[in-house]
Amino acid sequence: MSSKNHNIRKPELISGWGLYPRFSARKEKPTSINELKSLLLTETLIARGNGRSYGDSAINKVKTIDMRNFNRFLYFDKKTGLLIVESGILLKDIIEILLPKGWFPPVTPGTKYVTIGGMVAADVHGKNHYKYGTFGKYIEWIEIINHQGKIIKCSRDENTELFFWTIGGMGLTGIILNVAFFLKPVTTAWIKQRKLIANNIEQTFKLFESNKDFTYLVAWIDCYSKGKSLGRSVLLLGEHAKKNELEYSYKKAPFKTHKKKKIKIPIFFPKFVLSNLSVKIFNSLNFLFSKITKKNKIVDWDTFFYPLDKILNWNKIYGSRGFAQFQCVFPLSKSKEAIIELLCLISKSKSSSFLAVLKRFGNHENYFSFPREGYSLALDFPINNENLSLMNSLDKITIKYGGRFYLAKDSRMKKEIFEKSDLRIKKFRAFRENELDKHFKSCQSDRLKI
Amino acid sequence: MTRKTVLVLGAKSDIGIALAHRFAKEGYDVQLAARNSNRLKEDCFDINIRYGINATFYEFDALDLNSHENFILSLKKTPDIAIYAIGALGNQKEDEKNIKQSIEIIRTNFEGLVSIFGIFANYFKKRGSGTLIGISSVAGDRGRGSNYIYGSAKAGVSTFLSGLRNSLNPFGIHVITVKPGFVKTKMTSHLKLPKKLTTNPKIVANSIYYAYKSRKNIVYIKPIWKYIMQFIKVIPESFFKKMKL
Repeated sequence: MSSKNHNIRKPELISGWGLYPRFSARKEKPTSINELKSLLLTETLIARGNGRSYGDSAINKVKTIDMRNFNRFLYFDKKTGLLIVESGILLKDIIEILLPKGWFPPVTPGTKYVTIGGMVAADVHGKNHYKYGTFGKYIEWIEIINHQGKIIKCSRDENTELFFWTIGGMGLTGIILNVAFFLKPVTTAWIKQRKLIANNIEQTFKLFESNKDFTYLVAWIDCYSKGKSLGRSVLLLGEHAKKNELEYSYKKAPFKTHKKKKIKIPIFFPKFVLSNLSVKIFNSLNFLFSKITKKNKIVDWDTFFYPLDKILNWNKIYGSRGFAQFQCVFPLSKSKEAIIELLCLISKSKSSSFLAVLKRFGNHENYFSFPREGYSLALDFPINNENLSLMNSLDKITIKYGGRFYLAKDSRMKKEIFEKSDLRIKKFRAFRENELDKHFKSCQSDRLKI
Repeated sequence: MTRKTVLVLGAKSDIGIALAHRFAKEGYDVQLAARNSNRLKEDCFDINIRYGINATFYEFDALDLNSHENFILSLKKTPDIAIYAIGALGNQKEDEKNIKQSIEIIRTNFEGLVSIFGIFANYFKKRGSGTLIGISSVAGDRGRGSNYIYGSAKAGVSTFLSGLRNSLNPFGIHVITVKPGFVKTKMTSHLKLPKKLTTNPKIVANSIYYAYKSRKNIVYIKPIWKYIMQFIKVIPESFFKKMKL
């Protein structure tokens, strides 16, 4: 029996996955709908999932509502793959429970430690955007609780405006409670992976365009390469393996993979660990290693989709000041030119990006979601003054080529830059003002005046 | 072989639902029972999808003693294991002023258990098998000024279960007394608990599962509590009564 004694919680320091910026905020973790409803009676609040957006999208200093107690499966249809879950459930749980039954998320981000609510709010994309679009495409309906505690069901048929603004709406349209979406059938837990090497940016783009019909396609760029080899990369292509493509010993249990040990980083790495030199060496080794290892192989789902999840808190390797992600997308016609300019600037600077990921998006667009047809580049930078100013320069190049930014990654962009990059903001603001009373706000929405 | 069934009374409590998940994970069918049980419907779906076992829910009010016999008849199957995870901590200071509330704490923690376990004991005896698991508390090991209403109810639970274990032993029926110590739950969410002495519902459920498998009698979830309570128990009363505990 719960005690009715609701003390006002002390603020605690919270941040996104990038550990930057950090805010002192009041966090609540309700366990029931009634408790959640009683928490809605404040001026301003935002819902938070597993804290995997990089910046300040899921922080509200007055009230941040941790939704992870709402983590139940509510319904699953074995015939169609329709799954209904509470929003705080982790993608990891869904995969672990339903992959052995032959179902996989149609779209997945680069970590399985995200909540479904977060996946809706950021309208996440995966390595298969070209063919499959964003997660939003597979949503049947969403139940949202508004600031008056009213539960509203929205879909393509009812409350459509709310539905489409909620997908990619960064939690600013209300608290996502339940989500119904379709999984896709697979016959094994394995991915046929193929590695291709591109020696420069021209080759990288060529290989992308000639292989874009692969289901999964992504490239890791070596940010240090200059001159002729600028933009050299390792491309990773993937298809779900069929049962008869597996080795004999795996055929009998096509969904069985070995659980791997997770590595936990006990401390913040000191600066020298990710110094320019070490990153340079890592990138070169990675490139060389890719050249000599097997081009084609079959890997399990965890290895293919979530290589970084092996290290539980890899965000600590960037040191105690944290890091920022920079992810933008350019219109197809300007992608190559724009990305060359970005890479030139980075390779000339003293900064180091450990990860540089290039993806090809298809022509699926939503109201306020990040993707559009073209190329998207994602970069990581440890927080320091040089990198912050470098990212400001990257912002400007992005604007110049008509690109836009991914809010789930952003932690530092200026309002003026955001407004120039995304004209859809005006419509979203109007919708929020007219329909929603602007109760739902985050540090990010305050910073960008969404 | 048919699956074994576990009944969790108080399935909406944090320890109760954690127990349901723990046993379901091992392939037991689960019966969830609590007041306002329609809120358990989602938990049944959840547990069914996660573990592929049968999960059902039932209305159960520990204080409504007259309903207990019918409650057992309403179960789809008489369970192999029954767990009483219903508890009310109350608020010592307020309950001292309002004796009716004190009585309710005693009834919820103790009387409800005596009634439903009493009935189950008779069913199990007839069948010749079964396990009864009661969640008591270290607070029942000695009455302290800060917590003696809840504590005395739990003392009753511990003593009752001890006697029940003794009396049912010849019939092959096992009784387990669980003394969790501090657990981070809804019931204790307003209290400041010392980290080293506090555990969480998942760990409690896990320990109970293993206690069941190895047929333990009395379980302290964190062993340190056993020693703390042994120490507290040997303090002479003349001295104890002057202490602030």
